[in-house]
Amino acid sequence: MELGTKQDEQVLDIRNLRIELQTSRRTAVNVLEDVSLQIGKGEIVGVVGESGCGKSILSLSVLGLLPPAMRISGGELWYKDELPLHAYDNRRLQRVRGKEISMVFQDPMSSLNHGLTVGFQVTESLRLHLGCSKSEARERAIMLFRKVGLPRPEKLLHEYPYQLSGGMRQRVMIAIAISCNPGLLIADEPTTALDVTIQAQILDLMRSIREDDGTAILLISHDLGMIADMCDRIIVMYAGKVVEHGTASEIFDHPRHPYTIGLLNSIPTPAKKGNRLYSIPGTVPALHERGAGCRFASRCEYAADRCRQEQPPLIQVGKQHTAACFLLEEVNANAVV
Amino acid sequence: MLSYEAPLLELRNIEKSYSQQSWPGSKKFRAVRGVSLSIRRGETLGLVGESGCGKSTVGRMTARLLEPSAGELHYKGSDITDAGGRTLRQLRQEIQYVFQDPYTSLNPRFTVGRLLEEPLKYNRLGNRLKRKRDVLEMLDRIGLNASYRNRYPHELSGGQRQRVGIARALMMNPEFVVLDEPVSALDVSVQAQILNLLKSLQHELSLTYLFISHDLNVVHYVSDRVAVMYLGNIVEIADVHDLYDRPLHPYTQALVSSIPAERGAAKREQIILSGDLPDPTAHISGCPFRSRCLHAFERCESEMPGWSSVGEGHAVRCHLWEGKYASPEAAPVEILS
Repeated sequence: MELGTKQDEQVLDIRNLRIELQTSRRTAVNVLEDVSLQIGKGEIVGVVGESGCGKSILSLSVLGLLPPAMRISGGELWYKDELPLHAYDNRRLQRVRGKEISMVFQDPMSSLNHGLTVGFQVTESLRLHLGCSKSEARERAIMLFRKVGLPRPEKLLHEYPYQLSGGMRQRVMIAIAISCNPGLLIADEPTTALDVTIQAQILDLMRSIREDDGTAILLISHDLGMIADMCDRIIVMYAGKVVEHGTASEIFDHPRHPYTIGLLNSIPTPAKKGNRLYSIPGTVPALHERGAGCRFASRCEYAADRCRQEQPPLIQVGKQHTAACFLLEEVNANAVV
Repeated sequence: MLSYEAPLLELRNIEKSYSQQSWPGSKKFRAVRGVSLSIRRGETLGLVGESGCGKSTVGRMTARLLEPSAGELHYKGSDITDAGGRTLRQLRQEIQYVFQDPYTSLNPRFTVGRLLEEPLKYNRLGNRLKRKRDVLEMLDRIGLNASYRNRYPHELSGGQRQRVGIARALMMNPEFVVLDEPVSALDVSVQAQILNLLKSLQHELSLTYLFISHDLNVVHYVSDRVAVMYLGNIVEIADVHDLYDRPLHPYTQALVSSIPAERGAAKREQIILSGDLPDPTAHISGCPFRSRCLHAFERCESEMPGWSSVGEGHAVRCHLWEGKYASPEAAPVEILS
């Protein structure tokens, strides 16, 4: 059974995406390999993984924002089964960006323009995509500011990003992102630069956007606790590949891939106080060190010869749960789940 | 865990203010507003708070890397606030500092061996052979192979670099180490390795730690006692279990409620604070937290609350708790809501 969404309406369909990094004129390495992911309307899907696993590249590829040395070398990206984003050129993508799909980046300070007022930056996409007049755009911007919980919206329109606090800037970013009622919101580490109490506010806001507008959210983070809290489904990535995919409760209560298990065990939770923390030995292999076999083999305590030679496919281990590990083949054959 | 011997290090009412040029006159920015702490030999004191609350400034003053504007510092019973010359040199050996970012705190042009040898050379300790032996011994202790002696920082991974940062602090056999966000820049699986290393080093070398972090899970894991800072003040201090099970200050309650509940455990009611941290340069009368506090009343506006003792080793600065000795059975949530 295909790991699909509950809703019939699919917002984003990523099929076997492969992204290549040109390392010299003739050589290239794969940054992402064989990544598939579907997001339904109103769903929050999380992507977790450590730095360098390709989670940000995945999010950038959806909007065609890959760095110049990278390109999509295989697979397809469909928005609502209508728009083949993988085949779009920059001009056509511009009509999608901010309108159908929008993005919230990690650091609101570096993603807002310092030289322009907040008001200009919010109204820009309204005027461009929706053809609003100046005063209409202004009205809508004030409404948006109210919606994301920004104080004194009329005055705020004339202020510059440096005059705002980190939490307010991130609210402005979210206001810009939802200004055209996009079908999909991509949030790449939206709260990493913020304090805990502000993080709680921003996450609460994102939940309400999903509830009110049915916006699907692709949430990218290294913070497992936050992902567990927010998401319906989760994919775990390691070194450019999906290692596990399932519902939040499957992933957190019954993780199957050794990497996911190791990752969850290494979080210092109150219950583990006084005991030695589990830690995954070694480090993530660099791009050129990824061997032919399973990417995790060099750090896996169960790795066998086969793991170092062949790449394990995603194996169905539950109704809504797949994992890429040879160890699970047997389990599956016995049909335990 | 409680011992009644004299504290190893004591901060008495220390302050740090910076003057900011503005027109007319100059504004005073009070980064730390009278902090008193005592740190017992062999314990780990955790210091938590949001960015800009002054926790790093406290750490730096503790290590005499910054001069306090007012207040006193006592180490092993003697006043070291104005210590200089030879005494300071000696102190610098006994009190060491580990920085947050291992990418910027190591000189990129030094090899690991030279980085570790430098403090010994600076203090004219041992001869070349002895120093080399010390370096190799330290590398072994922090879990790096002897071949790393000839590597440069850029050849190391983030976790390895932080190991070198820790090793460098330990070369002088210190008694007291200030750890300023030592794992914040690291991935979860690597973070666990470093936390384990810090724990075992503390045990082997009988070190005392001041552990500064914004990550509540990490602080819970490593600390014996925890102090919570808000806008230059310490607002609550308690034994770690007491603080997480029975947070009394409204700010601590919000912080603790923001920790994602462990899977399986009952979901906590999340307290979402409104607003941001107030501008630290503005004059603040009364309780600094009142602008975001859910329970603020008139008195909070005019009067800064003093310390109320609310249990063994548990003290809180909040008007709500004045004169109320809360027995451990009293449920704080009920009293406050």
